[in-house]
Amino acid sequence: MTKEYKTITEIAGPLIFLEKTEPVGYGELVHINLPDGTTKRGQVLDSSADVVAVQVFEGTGGLNEESGVVFSGETIKLPVSKDMLGRILSGSGEPLDGGPSIIPEDRVDVNGASMNPYSRMPPEDFIQTGISTIDGTNTLVRGQKLPIFSGSGLPHNEIALQIARQAKVPGSDEDFAVVFAAMGITNEEAQYFMQDFEKTGALERAVVFLNLADDPAVERIVTPRMALTAAEYLAYEHDMHVLVILTDITNYCEALRQMGAAREEVPGRRGYPGYMYTDLASLYERAGVIKGLKGSVTQFSILTMPGDDITHPIPDLSGYITEGQIVVSRELHRKGIYPPINVLPSLSRLMNSGIGDGKTRDDHKAVSDQMYAGYAEGRDLRGLVAIVGKEALSERDQRILEFADLFEDRFVRQGRDENRTIEDTLSVSWEILSELPESLLTRIDNKYIDKYHPAHKSN
Amino acid sequence: MKGEIYRVAGPVVTIMGIKPKMYDVVHVGNEGLMGEVIKIEGDKATVQVYEDTSGVKPGEPVVNTGMSLSVELGPGLLESIYDGIQRPLKVLQEQMGDFIQRGVTADGLDRERVWDFKAVASVGDVVEGGDVIGVVQETMNVEHKIMVPPTVSGTIKDVRSGDFKVDDTVCTLEDGTELSMVQKWPVRLPRPVTKKLMPTKPLITGQRILDGLFPVAKGGTAAIPGPFGSGKTVTQQQLAKWSDTDIVVYIGCGERGNEMADVLNEFPELQDPKTGRPLMERTVLIANTSNMPVAAREASVYTGITIAEYYRDMGYDVSLMADSTSRWAEAMREISSRLEEMPGEEGYPAYLSARLSEFYERAGCVHSLSGEEGSITVIGAVSPPGGDFSEPVTQNTLRIVKVFWALDAKLAQRRHFPSINWLTSYSLYTEGLSGWFGENVSPEWVSLRNNAMDMLQQESELQEIVQLVGSDALPENQQLILEICRMLREYFLQQNAFHPVDTYCSFDKQYKLLKSISTYGDKAMIALESGIPMSEILALESKDDLAKVKFEEDFDGVLNEVLAKMDKEFAKLGGN
Ligand SMILES: Nc1ncnc2c1ncn2[C@@H]1O[C@H](COP(=O)(O)OP(=O)(O)OP(=O)(O)O)[C@@H](O)[C@H]1O
Ligand SMILES: [Mg+2]
Repeated sequence: MTKEYKTITEIAGPLIFLEKTEPVGYGELVHINLPDGTTKRGQVLDSSADVVAVQVFEGTGGLNEESGVVFSGETIKLPVSKDMLGRILSGSGEPLDGGPSIIPEDRVDVNGASMNPYSRMPPEDFIQTGISTIDGTNTLVRGQKLPIFSGSGLPHNEIALQIARQAKVPGSDEDFAVVFAAMGITNEEAQYFMQDFEKTGALERAVVFLNLADDPAVERIVTPRMALTAAEYLAYEHDMHVLVILTDITNYCEALRQMGAAREEVPGRRGYPGYMYTDLASLYERAGVIKGLKGSVTQFSILTMPGDDITHPIPDLSGYITEGQIVVSRELHRKGIYPPINVLPSLSRLMNSGIGDGKTRDDHKAVSDQMYAGYAEGRDLRGLVAIVGKEALSERDQRILEFADLFEDRFVRQGRDENRTIEDTLSVSWEILSELPESLLTRIDNKYIDKYHPAHKSN
Repeated sequence: MKGEIYRVAGPVVTIMGIKPKMYDVVHVGNEGLMGEVIKIEGDKATVQVYEDTSGVKPGEPVVNTGMSLSVELGPGLLESIYDGIQRPLKVLQEQMGDFIQRGVTADGLDRERVWDFKAVASVGDVVEGGDVIGVVQETMNVEHKIMVPPTVSGTIKDVRSGDFKVDDTVCTLEDGTELSMVQKWPVRLPRPVTKKLMPTKPLITGQRILDGLFPVAKGGTAAIPGPFGSGKTVTQQQLAKWSDTDIVVYIGCGERGNEMADVLNEFPELQDPKTGRPLMERTVLIANTSNMPVAAREASVYTGITIAEYYRDMGYDVSLMADSTSRWAEAMREISSRLEEMPGEEGYPAYLSARLSEFYERAGCVHSLSGEEGSITVIGAVSPPGGDFSEPVTQNTLRIVKVFWALDAKLAQRRHFPSINWLTSYSLYTEGLSGWFGENVSPEWVSLRNNAMDMLQQESELQEIVQLVGSDALPENQQLILEICRMLREYFLQQNAFHPVDTYCSFDKQYKLLKSISTYGDKAMIALESGIPMSEILALESKDDLAKVKFEEDFDGVLNEVLAKMDKEFAKLGGN
């Protein structure tokens, strides 16, 4: 097991190739001893009787044919323990906070195994984030994977932190934790997160994995897997409700692309590997609730869309896997609206199972549909007004145009520390909907109009 | 014969030392992971492995089963949920817990369950492939016919009714062949039929835009392409729930685990509109989610269609939903690139289009070997990158299928559901089915439908003008057309899958709704021509009331009230 091979024949980018080894397992963890005494780690990508290919996490800088390679005989494992809470670890799981190393309760394969669909419990517990554009129109539920699609320079970090601070299931005080994994973000951004965690005391309930912009890109491939392994452990072994924040998925995908190029693979769309869908699914699908278990894993990841383009392969493939997306808009941000969430391209697919009578309120779905319809039409009309002028609009259209403004100003806009309950969100909704003529409220059943419309409500 | 592993690279393993046939199933490694031979070159063969290969080493043993990848067909398929290679997920959970570990084999059909077999053939009967020798009540409404396997024939020496397990012998032929209730069939080989027939009946889905504007025939093929979040899965699930077929095979191919959990949760609770029994009793689920092995994902559509063919052979109408065929194509691409095959368009293998057409060709109405008429309707979701329909999977699919339900991100964004674009979608069955509609819905139906389509076409042209000059600049009769089209879109085309009443709409209701909108349109046109101001015509309360009729339990009652009110209101305006 501890045999050291000095048979490297080729070094190419993050890969090394070596010959004449004992049989080596696919996916095995590898230690590489450099001539200068340092060690690096890697993973077997291709293993045949003649040649073995290894991808080196810390990059191949400083490696040469003199370097010794030791195969560990096992796949990559993360030592896990409840004591991970409050700790800051590197992107490959080593303590960064000067604390002792984790005394493992278990060592778990970071690739995880796929959850049996038969064991899944359909997510349905409403999480109140206190943000109206999420709770009201794109509701998050426990066990969901709902990323933020943002752009560079937009306040996605603020939104993620606000959610991490405020998120709760109304009326419950169950054990929760946050697992935060930074992938290729700048030191400054990382500081921003850490300070907020410390200030609010959230760090005690958090496990942090940091792979920063100047850390090796290859390591980024393992970082989210470590984080999700920790999250699953806390959720399924310790009954905790875990919120996982992975940031930034885009950097992760760049690392994948870099690896693919180094392996001289036939690239897929825009140079990203053809298996990127499957690879991303192996991360995103590690969210959910298991029948009969108390804990859950909810993912709220951040993804910056290159060039604000939602059809770029990274957001596109993500959108095909996640259960919706929250889209941050540059236009709203420029208008000075926080949080600048554009509800139109945003979606929560699990919303229907998390809302309604007994969960949020009976009128929730209808109210949300009506606001979407009104806002969508209002925004179209803005385009028209720019061409023909407001006067050319019918009375009806003018009211809808005004509704769109109200929607942005009263429903979307809120304070960075403003934590709205779902009742607050729904009353703001009715306030602005009541500015529209009732005949336009075609998506709302009359019984809800009678019950909640400010003009009808009896009390 | 034993061989050994030469190379492991992800799901693709190269073996040597044995001489397998193409598509043989082999077990590789110390854990005996299941795989299928997909390439033979010299003394080596390449295997796609259906399970995770981490830790597997060169030199580990390989065993050839000599058989092609097959499914088990027999009673007990209904109500099951399988992975892509027909392992029951329930059994996997019992054996290894909530996460799928590898190296576990499990029979497709429960070996212990006892079925009440009623022989219908008798001793001395000469039987051949497809003949029914007995029946089993598989679920309350599905009678499972036990057929002679397609390749077997002979004279019955012994056949008996009674309680049997699936692999007990229920019938013996003179030549000694023993028949049980289970037969195996290689998934990549279509089951034989006597004759293919032209589809003549619509698949009634209860979805207005599908039944009304773009119907698919029983035995037909349809594709639903659309960008993420546009409604492919919801549409497929609606079809699985409400279509008037006997059997539903639903394949979750490379998609989300939670969606499958949802189906599993919901289907036992929902009632089949035809029989009133739980939907699950007519359903077979195949779930190979995006995080499960890609090779098994590649196999999953074949597993599904073979099961569908088996029920078709009994004379049932089967519908098969595959969500999403793009993930299947990607699995082919991934395996192909690991084989270092010459890539075709966008890296997909050159045989992509052949595989797609072979798959859709397995749909159809047939005379089965047993002499029954059965059908398979195939409905495939397509997930084009960036929502761009010019990509290879969408394009190759459109060359084959007869119905195109084009999902549109713009409609989805404004929550117009189902977000099927009525201008770009089409059905090549519309003509052929018009006789059926005339007889079974109403003689007026076809013209009502065609009128609605014409209006919607006009609307899109008028919209272009409105974009330039505003709607007030249009002549009043054109403004009226816009209003009627809005009614068509909002009252008729929009259908909320999550509303307890609106989720399913019978043909009767569809006809009455469309008729009412058309009635309003005709009356309004007459009123307008007799000089009544547009604003008064638009202000009729009955017009707004019509919006909500589709949500009413007492549809006919409420509709009649609204129509009566409409008559009165128009009479008051004068002109009519
Ligand atoms: N007929 C409908 N009625 C009401 N809501 C609908 C309908 N169709 C779609 N939706 C809404 O759209 C959302 C997305 O639909 P769906 O999950 O079917 O998209 P999809 O095309 O399958 O996406 P993906 O490719 O990512 O799987 C649903 O969660 C639901 O909120
Ligand atoms: Mg889908």
